[in-house]
Amino acid sequence: MSYHIQITVNGTVNELDVEPRLPLVYLLRETLGLTGTHIGCDTTSCGACTVLVDGTPVKSCTMFAVQADGCSIETVEALAHGGELHPLQKSFWEEHALQCGYCTPGMLMTTKALLARNPKPSEAEIRRAISGNICRCTGYQNIVKAVQRAAAELSQPAAAAVAD
Amino acid sequence: MIPAAFEYAAPKTIAEALALLRGKDGEGKILAGGQSLIPMMRFRLASPSLLIDIMRIPELRVFKEEAGYLRIGAAVTHAQVESSATIREGYPLLFSAVGIIADPVVRNRGTICGSLVHADPAGDWGAALLAARAEAVVVGPEGERRIPLDEFLADAFTTVLKPDELLSEVRVPTPGPRSGGNYQKIERKVGDFATAGVGVQIMLNAQGTVEQAGIGLCAAGPISRRAAAAERMLTGKMLDDATIAAAEAAAQADPTADTRGPADYKKDMFRVLTARALRAVRAAVEASGGRT
Ligand SMILES: Cc1cc2nc3c(=O)[nH]c(=O)nc-3n(C[C@H](O)[C@H](O)[C@H](O)COP(=O)(O)OP(=O)(O)OC[C@H]3O[C@@H](n4cnc5c(N)ncnc54)[C@H](O)[C@@H]3O)c2cc1C
Ligand code: FES
Ligand code: FES
Repeated sequence: MSYHIQITVNGTVNELDVEPRLPLVYLLRETLGLTGTHIGCDTTSCGACTVLVDGTPVKSCTMFAVQADGCSIETVEALAHGGELHPLQKSFWEEHALQCGYCTPGMLMTTKALLARNPKPSEAEIRRAISGNICRCTGYQNIVKAVQRAAAELSQPAAAAVAD
Repeated sequence: MIPAAFEYAAPKTIAEALALLRGKDGEGKILAGGQSLIPMMRFRLASPSLLIDIMRIPELRVFKEEAGYLRIGAAVTHAQVESSATIREGYPLLFSAVGIIADPVVRNRGTICGSLVHADPAGDWGAALLAARAEAVVVGPEGERRIPLDEFLADAFTTVLKPDELLSEVRVPTPGPRSGGNYQKIERKVGDFATAGVGVQIMLNAQGTVEQAGIGLCAAGPISRRAAAAERMLTGKMLDDATIAAAEAAAQADPTADTRGPADYKKDMFRVLTARALRAVRAAVEASGGRT
């Protein structure tokens, strides 16, 4: 049995018929072709699949697409604008905050929500915010540095306009 | 790992949710945050034929103090509790527990009531809310019943909820003057369930002796339970080092081993965590000049 839903993904409104058992991450990757959101564990442990649902980080492997009816979803694809990387993406690049890049889309979405809520987080607050996102390569140190760098950049008025 | 097929409904009222539950003769399941149920469905450990999503029911979003209680509705998430000023200022036991449950992303979706119904032996809300002497508000075809949490939590992954009932809210008594609370947990890594968890809620009287003591343990056996012997040991005593030493010994109980730790290790951790929680409560009450 399929259900009619309306979800906005990265600003585009989608009217879709979905089976209730379809996890949101599969809708994003397979139905909409947005493969930037990764699947790691597929069972709520790693955070690779983190997207923003109405601005809040959610593990999209652990939410059915039907539950997102009427919601606005933001994925990593929404960050760059016309080839211009988001300050967080630039900082991840500059600070070598990724190696294989598997965790990166989830890290970016979680930290984007953090900076929206708390523009000047302490190191402890950053570490706490990303504690649901597992990285097996970089050792977190550079991820923390990247978030601090992005926070500094975003707190300058000129950069803030680029952020959303 | 796609779950078995099911139907989905997102009712707008409790009455509609109950009618849907009844209509399915026990085959329907409530979906709250989905942070326990969805992984179970994806592993095919659960295959309900109908999911009744209660997160769009406004009545279940209640989250406020009223008549000596804090009401936490079934749609209230861990994250809402964590960011609430009422909790931070008035419910130190709940505040110290919520930040170490799961991880921040899971806390954005998971609910307090969902945790209680899931009744994981290592669920932190069981231990914390037993210490707080909370009660479950259950609604079903016959109306509402209020059940002390001790009775609500029946066994591992089992509560006294009937298939046609749902947990509409949990009520936590508002701590009175000269009260303090604290939650302590040992976990192997962030986001893991407890190897041992201890919640403590204490109220002193004007003379400084313990008027009421609540101690809840999780990961000690099949289900969270109160450390009744330790509670009795505290009652009527000054919260001094000798009392704490006696209480920590009494709280050890008889833990059963699980994948997170052997029984003797857990036993010692219940002792250590009980002492830490009691000392934290004492420090908080003293720092507030007895007003906490
Ligand atoms: C990676 C990870 C780590 C975790 N770590 C911890 C931890 O350290 N400590 C801890 O305590 N928990 C932990 N959890 C569990 C988490 O707290 C869940 O949020 C919680 O167990 C379930 O809440 P939920 O709202 O997601 O419930 P759901 O998954 O939606 O439901 C769970 C069960 O309860 C039933 N149910 C839910 N609400 C109601 C209701 N109101 N009435 C009747 N039935 C209902 C459902 O039918 C289902 O059987 C963890 C989860 C994950 C994924
Ligand atoms: S893929 Fe969703 S948490 Fe790992
Ligand atoms: S960069 Fe490889 S997992 Fe994080």
